[in-house]
Amino acid sequence: MISVFSPAGSIRQRLVLILLVVAAVLAGLLYLSVRTVADTAVEATQDAILGAATVAISEELRGGKDGLTIDIPYAAFSMLGATGQDRVFYRILVGDETVTGYADLPLPDVTLSGLNPTFASQVYQGVAVRTGAVSRSVLVDGVSQVVTVLVAQTRTAQDAISRQMANRAAALGLGFFVFAAVLSIFTARSVLTPLNRLAEAMERRGPQDLRPVERAVPAELVPLMHALNGFIARLRGALTRTEAFITEAAHHVRTPLATVRVQAEIALRQTDDDVTRATLRNVIRAVDDSARSAGQLLDHATVVYRSDQRADERLELGSLVLDVVDSFHPTADMRDITLRMEPPSEKIVLQFDRLLIESALRNLIDNAVKYSHADGFVDVHLAMVGAFGQVKVMDRGRGIGTSNTAKLARRFQRGENVGDVIGSGLGLTIVRDVARAIGGSFEIEERDGGGTCATLLLPLA
Amino acid sequence: MRFLLVEDNHDLGQSVQTRLSLDGHAVDWAISLGDADDHLAAATYDLILLDIMLPDGDGRDFLASHRRAKRDTPVIVMTARSAVADRVALLDTGADDYVTKPFDFGELEARVRAVLRRRGGSAQTAMTYADLTFDPLAATLTVGGEARELRNRELRLFEVLVAAPDRIFSKGQLCDRLLSAAEAVTDNAIEVYVGRLRKKLEGSRAKIETVRGVGYRLTET
Repeated sequence: MISVFSPAGSIRQRLVLILLVVAAVLAGLLYLSVRTVADTAVEATQDAILGAATVAISEELRGGKDGLTIDIPYAAFSMLGATGQDRVFYRILVGDETVTGYADLPLPDVTLSGLNPTFASQVYQGVAVRTGAVSRSVLVDGVSQVVTVLVAQTRTAQDAISRQMANRAAALGLGFFVFAAVLSIFTARSVLTPLNRLAEAMERRGPQDLRPVERAVPAELVPLMHALNGFIARLRGALTRTEAFITEAAHHVRTPLATVRVQAEIALRQTDDDVTRATLRNVIRAVDDSARSAGQLLDHATVVYRSDQRADERLELGSLVLDVVDSFHPTADMRDITLRMEPPSEKIVLQFDRLLIESALRNLIDNAVKYSHADGFVDVHLAMVGAFGQVKVMDRGRGIGTSNTAKLARRFQRGENVGDVIGSGLGLTIVRDVARAIGGSFEIEERDGGGTCATLLLPLA
Repeated sequence: MRFLLVEDNHDLGQSVQTRLSLDGHAVDWAISLGDADDHLAAATYDLILLDIMLPDGDGRDFLASHRRAKRDTPVIVMTARSAVADRVALLDTGADDYVTKPFDFGELEARVRAVLRRRGGSAQTAMTYADLTFDPLAATLTVGGEARELRNRELRLFEVLVAAPDRIFSKGQLCDRLLSAAEAVTDNAIEVYVGRLRKKLEGSRAKIETVRGVGYRLTET
């Protein structure tokens, strides 16, 4: 039986998801580190220029008797101007007093020491600036004075470069992520290939194929293979035992039944007494009845089982029907019934389980012969009707009276006009079940002019 | 006809042997496959009736080796299994036909006849009576050069009568030979077939006589 179950997640999806998360984290880290390095580098560049400018100005400080002289070198500002559209501010303090420049340019928080410039990021006039500062002692009028030189520059160019760098880092991270994603899908596929191959191999197997699986599989799948083969072996064992049991049971029940029947036939041959003869005939009929019911029950069980475990093959309906009709000739001959088959004008090809179709055909023809009058005719017609192969089995027997298909196809249900014809009430159930299994249809009705017409429609391959 | 019956069940084997001999057949009965081999080595048979489950092996294996050895004696298998799957498997093994236990002897005979006809001959050949020739396999009566086809029941009726000319058969006896024992009919059903056979015999010196209150017999005038 094929049960439909929803899978508990997919290994492939999980694998891909995990790999994608890892790739995303790595891409993020890559982006951040590239940005940090870039920002640091840009800032260091600006600081170097700022520092050089600051030092250049401070070197031009001259202390004298009459005060402090400064000749601000043009080169110092042109260095700064080279970095773009940025504005430059400066401030020079002697002690705490601003002597020239922007008096409100803020001092860096850190303590200034010697000729090594100190840098700070600050806000001035509402824009971010980078400030470089240098302090040195100058002798003014014989007194050592601390002179501080501040040079600040807005950060437009630096921000522009940073943004550009950030965009490149983002593009790099994204590219890395896409590459990793594609790689992870391939990885997941390749990792799962042996598993998929195994699943496909199992799926390709016919329902009767219970050989152990013999495939080279990766080490991780070996336990699964062992378990699978163990299970197949147990199933095969169980089926073999069931088969053997059914065979033996049938043998042990049917052999004595056969003995009873033969002996009743012998007794029938040896007596002329009408009452005894009638009794013996009843015994024989009862034996046939029970044997037939047992056989049909088994056949029905087979049909139900095989409907789920079909071994489909390409079948030519014409030759299949001919085979079945041929096997009924001796039975029909006994009552001088003629079986006529009209072959189809073209080949009718089906794709289905041969045993199922044969079961249905046997039951239809068996019924037609059984319910025919002696010397009658049973006609089997084959035709192509749309997308279906049609088998019509017609007799001139007693017909089905007021019954209909649905009623007669019920288990153990027989027509009310069957009279003394032996039957199990399962034959048409089998036919209907087969028709359902193949996606065809079955109908039985009174035939024009008397008798029965059974129509089986089977979808073409 | 000469049959080899291979059946290990004592009661059934004996009954089948008795039953077949009632119809005038000679039956050798083997109770195992080894026994069957011995019989086949010693005599020629028209047909083998083979059971499947035997004490010293599977009848299907016997059948397969029988076919491999190119022995062409027809085989009808007596199977206890009726499922379609088993029947198909049996015919694939090389059985000419099968009957499912319990079986009707009328049907068995019909199947034997069909197998022999398919095989195109047996020890049984055309025979003559009075001025007619009777070919049971072709199911024809030839009267004065004119071949007349017999239907199955007419054929069997003539077979019974011609096997013992001048002997009187009761309606019941003829009924047993012609109709399946499972058929619910009265013995008078035989009158129809006697009537038909008489028509087929018209113009020949062979006649079916009614012996009032007793039955029928075949005579030559």
